[in-house]
Amino acid sequence: MTDASADARRPQEFEKVLSASDTSVASFDTHTRSPIEKIQHFLHSNPAAVPLIVLVASIALFGVIIGGKFFSAFSMTLILQQVAITGIIGAAQTLVILTAGIDLSVGAIMVLSSVVMGQFTFRYGLPPSLAILCGFAVGALCGWLNGVLVSYMKLPPFIVTLGTWQIVLATNFLYSANETIRSQDIEAQAPILKFFGENFRLGNAVFTYGVVAMVLLVAVLWYILNHTAWGRHVYAIGDDPEAAQLSGVRVNRVLISVYVISGLICALGGWMLIGRIGSVSPTAGQFANIESITAVVIGGISLFGGRGSILGMLFGALIVGVFQLGLRLIGTDPQWTYLLIGTLIIIAVAIDQWIRKVAG
Amino acid sequence: MAIEPLLTARGLVKRYGRVTALDQADFDLYPGEILAVIGDNGAGKSSLIKAISGAITPDEGEIRLEGKVVNFKAPMEARDAGIETVYQNLALSPALSIADNMFLGREIRKPGIMGNWFRMLDRGAMEKRAREKLTELGLMTIQNISQAVETLSGGQRQGVAVARAAAFGSKVVIMDEPTAALGVKESRRVLELILDVKRRGLPIVLISHNMPHVFEVADRIHIHRLGRRLTVIDPKEYTMSDAVAFMTGAKVPPEAALAAA
Repeated sequence: MTDASADARRPQEFEKVLSASDTSVASFDTHTRSPIEKIQHFLHSNPAAVPLIVLVASIALFGVIIGGKFFSAFSMTLILQQVAITGIIGAAQTLVILTAGIDLSVGAIMVLSSVVMGQFTFRYGLPPSLAILCGFAVGALCGWLNGVLVSYMKLPPFIVTLGTWQIVLATNFLYSANETIRSQDIEAQAPILKFFGENFRLGNAVFTYGVVAMVLLVAVLWYILNHTAWGRHVYAIGDDPEAAQLSGVRVNRVLISVYVISGLICALGGWMLIGRIGSVSPTAGQFANIESITAVVIGGISLFGGRGSILGMLFGALIVGVFQLGLRLIGTDPQWTYLLIGTLIIIAVAIDQWIRKVAG
Repeated sequence: MAIEPLLTARGLVKRYGRVTALDQADFDLYPGEILAVIGDNGAGKSSLIKAISGAITPDEGEIRLEGKVVNFKAPMEARDAGIETVYQNLALSPALSIADNMFLGREIRKPGIMGNWFRMLDRGAMEKRAREKLTELGLMTIQNISQAVETLSGGQRQGVAVARAAAFGSKVVIMDEPTAALGVKESRRVLELILDVKRRGLPIVLISHNMPHVFEVADRIHIHRLGRRLTVIDPKEYTMSDAVAFMTGAKVPPEAALAAA
């Protein structure tokens, strides 16, 4: 033992043989990969590729089967209109799921915000633009509540949002007294509430402002998630919150901001909902949470957090829209749509697990 | 000793419920030295290191950096003060790239409107500095600095974490079990890296269970036992079995050693 400390500055006895060993340390492996591994690596670095391929393939498939009736500017833009709200709510869901959370309350927040926008205008006579701002404030408040419970109270997001979903939905019914605000009244007194339902034409293509807003929102969020520090922190938190905290990310602050932004986006969805259905109805959008989770999962975003691209979510929403319209035009029982989408969800999660093995 | 310690801690106490992890613990780190911290499992080494690196806030006691009292409430504050830590779990985000990981929490933004208004990250600058740092430490031949950390081997990940600490640590670098998860060759490389960082004049706090590694690189060895500093020994004057005996309580260190501390 005394020998060991005497020549302590030299390699240990048992390590002397190392001089003869391979000296390349920690170099990046360059061994040639099999084609399957190459695909795996490509998909690993391009998480939106799978849903994009599926989307293009399904459009091509329905285009071949149905022909011009499906493969037209009108039908394509109709799909966009039909998935606009799912896309918006899916964007909110994406942010939360990237942090390894889940938000079951998105649909409820959307409906409550739309009801607030409508009722504040018609019940209290507020200027519609001010009522819309109040709707956004309510959305942000609901998101903030979720965020505080998840970050500071350390409660599981699933449970928190399962609770707030019921709370917000019940508040919505109690506050609105289950009243619907009729389309004609909105038309006459507060047309701005329906702004996102208005459309413009480019040839046969019909775009609503809602569609434009949805595409813009996804583009802006894509930029934020990939090119700002906040976006990187969202991914880091979803990956490993402890590591993120130790690396200097203010985890709780980022988490709360994610839920608040999610609430704000849901309020935007609520405003678009008025344009989409024409009236303010407290019973609308009941399936928005499930539809948004479906879009996110088919879009290749990992439910375990930290992986995936918001573009994938948009492709996922469009895949669902393509299947719905395509199968309707073929004239099958709509249950086939759900059957196929259910299958797609399971395949998407299986592919996600396979891609993750690249790390192993 | 004429030289003033760079980093000191006096009377640190940290309780978790009924467990006392730190019980009046002291700590001294002198400029330019490698101080090893050893102790049995549950002796409170990790709590001591976390207190110094800002990951936990001690209930009592004070920490001084260059003579000034510091009160870290988050790892970020310790980092801003120049104390960098390589955690045992490395604290890397697997899905993010090497460059993104090195700059996590202190990203560089683009100059001008893009950076100030659109908060755009300057990927080019970050990747350039990350590459410089990794090459400077002779760590690895970088092929793709934008590759995800999860595609790297254990040793490569350790390299990224050490490079991050060496790149930003201006006063102290703390390493928690840097060789625990590595193979023989990779361990040797990391030990050289530690000596390399020391040659740059940065003092290092090394927490390790590996006695040969500790005795090889450390200038002084801080032995932690039952939540406090038992003694500090010079590795040239004691053997590994002495150290283990102190650590486990089989032997009581001579008073002289306590006084020297």
